[in-house]
Amino acid sequence: MSKQIKLWQGNEACAEGAIYAGCDFFGGYPITPSTEVAEILAALLPKHGGKFIQMEDEIAGIGAILGAAAAGAKSMTSTSGPGFSLMMELLGYGCMAEIPCVIVNVQRAGPSTGLPTKGAQADVMQTRWGTHGDHPTIALCPSSIEESFKLTVKAFNLAEKFRMPVILLLDEFIGHMREKMEVPKPGELEIYNHPRPKVDPKEYQHYGDGSSVGGPYAAMGSGYRFNITGLTHDKHGFPTSRLDEIQWKMDRLRDKIDRHLAELTEVEEEFLDDAEIVIFSYGAAARSSQQAVRQARAKGIKVGLLRPTTIWPFPDRIVTDVLKKCRTMLVAEISQGQLVYEVERCNKSNTKVVPVLRYDGEMITPAQILKAVEEAQK
Amino acid sequence: MKIHPAYEMLRPGKKFPNVWCPGCGHGIVQGAIIRAVERLGINRDEVAMVSGIGCSSRMPVYVDFNSLHTAHGRALPFATGVKLHNPKLHVIVITGDGDALAIGGNHFIHAARRNMELTVILMNNNIYGMTGGQYSPTTPIGKKASTAPYGCAERDFDACALAVAAGAVFAARGTVYNAVELDKMIEKALTKKGFALVEALSPCPTLYGRLNKEGSAVKMLQTQKANTINLKAAEKLTPQELEGKVVTGVFHDGEAQPYTEVYQQIINKAQGR
Ligand code: SF4
Repeated sequence: MSKQIKLWQGNEACAEGAIYAGCDFFGGYPITPSTEVAEILAALLPKHGGKFIQMEDEIAGIGAILGAAAAGAKSMTSTSGPGFSLMMELLGYGCMAEIPCVIVNVQRAGPSTGLPTKGAQADVMQTRWGTHGDHPTIALCPSSIEESFKLTVKAFNLAEKFRMPVILLLDEFIGHMREKMEVPKPGELEIYNHPRPKVDPKEYQHYGDGSSVGGPYAAMGSGYRFNITGLTHDKHGFPTSRLDEIQWKMDRLRDKIDRHLAELTEVEEEFLDDAEIVIFSYGAAARSSQQAVRQARAKGIKVGLLRPTTIWPFPDRIVTDVLKKCRTMLVAEISQGQLVYEVERCNKSNTKVVPVLRYDGEMITPAQILKAVEEAQK
Repeated sequence: MKIHPAYEMLRPGKKFPNVWCPGCGHGIVQGAIIRAVERLGINRDEVAMVSGIGCSSRMPVYVDFNSLHTAHGRALPFATGVKLHNPKLHVIVITGDGDALAIGGNHFIHAARRNMELTVILMNNNIYGMTGGQYSPTTPIGKKASTAPYGCAERDFDACALAVAAGAVFAARGTVYNAVELDKMIEKALTKKGFALVEALSPCPTLYGRLNKEGSAVKMLQTQKANTINLKAAEKLTPQELEGKVVTGVFHDGEAQPYTEVYQQIINKAQGR
């Protein structure tokens, strides 16, 4: 088969990536700048025998995908800041009930209605802490069109494996940017489908196989009758107020992520070996940072780039290590500095941490970052 | 001892006793649902019971179906996802008056408008039970609630009229006093292809009854009997004579193409078939 080269938008690559991953259900509510994801899936899903439904609001959108996933679908919704806020309660439900699904948030500038057609990277804390209660989060941040495709596939894989909602945190810049990409051939990227149970239905425990990740679990209607609830529940999924069972459930939610940090954490590094100054940057901002790094290198400045594609769980250990080795770390992001605090938290070596920020709805430029690099060099 | 065939549809052991107060109407509605499923011979593996939050919405834990206890007001979106992904499932939605008509009101009208094939059992006790007796969208004007100490200032919703206006194919109102009629309504609703609502008037003696001095659970059932009137009988009365009465019966029994069928046509079209 010859190479398939496409000129896609990030949103388009995300929709196509979902189909590649085997997504067969989309429920959502349109909101700028995420609408292309829904529009493209409205066309693609029925072609592949999947279902698309435009619900009455974002809450209904995530509710529908959680219901479909409980019935065995690989499901997804897409939204943007305000819609993502509306989804928070059921995002927490999905984590508690351990229902796999993918939620795409194409970030726009806020707060509130903000700048609906302009980009930002200011939902990163909402992604981590928007719901109530304690639970870990998985969020992936692509920096290119090709990565939008690949990380969508990865988001589905992680959702299936860790049995929880996984967030694909795009931003408007990547969502609407067009770029050439080579479409992976069928079979080229790994597709993970969680195992279905083999035990006798009488023996079945919806949460109880003891595996440290999701474990095999059944779909509704497959002959295993089980209960799902947002209440704290036992291994069978029935509500419990027994202290040991509450402890077990809460530890399970935390541990399935904490025990797989190495597997979950993914970063890209450029020129880190001898870097005295390191730029920490992700998503769209990392594009400008990369450019700035190259320009600075041409000027003989020893600068490198640390670019996480998994933003949650935060790559603590890697950031700590890189901080130890460099003199200054610049945190370049399109917000008032949401990740600066995270980097500071990892700073065990008194390394200088300098925010490089832009938050007027426009893209952070290589020039702005280069200027910050030159200042740090002084 | 002979065991009722519906008994095996319950989840004995850890799941009982249930959370319902003695004298609560919800147990009678639960009985009506499992009897209807049993009479229709529906395989339990093919039943998905989806609920929201509230006293009534605890039901999925007690019955041995595929069961999904969701968030307050959100049973219908979840149920929509379940049904659309697997149209073979009989999806029964358990909801209360607050759940379906206040926080979930928008989902209610849109699920009816789409004609999603859902059997919606709305247990109406005219109050928020689980949170302690606050007024709901069906608390009659003037009646007391913990957040309406001087009497409710709001007019109440007619869930059946709302469902019919929004496009439901079936809408009926029954009472737990008239359990036999309720059984039949639920059985009929389960056979409908589309959005079917059964509003079951279910007294809450613990809160509504106490706050409004309605007496014991038995007394409340007697009041229910005295205050409700069948649709056929009601047709012969003047509006004045109907004052203070609640009309029960089947308000609408129609047909419309169900959503999953329409969507299957979309799939066929997209696939060029
Ligand atoms: S509070 Fe009312 S509705 Fe709730 S279980 Fe008790 S009697 Fe029933």
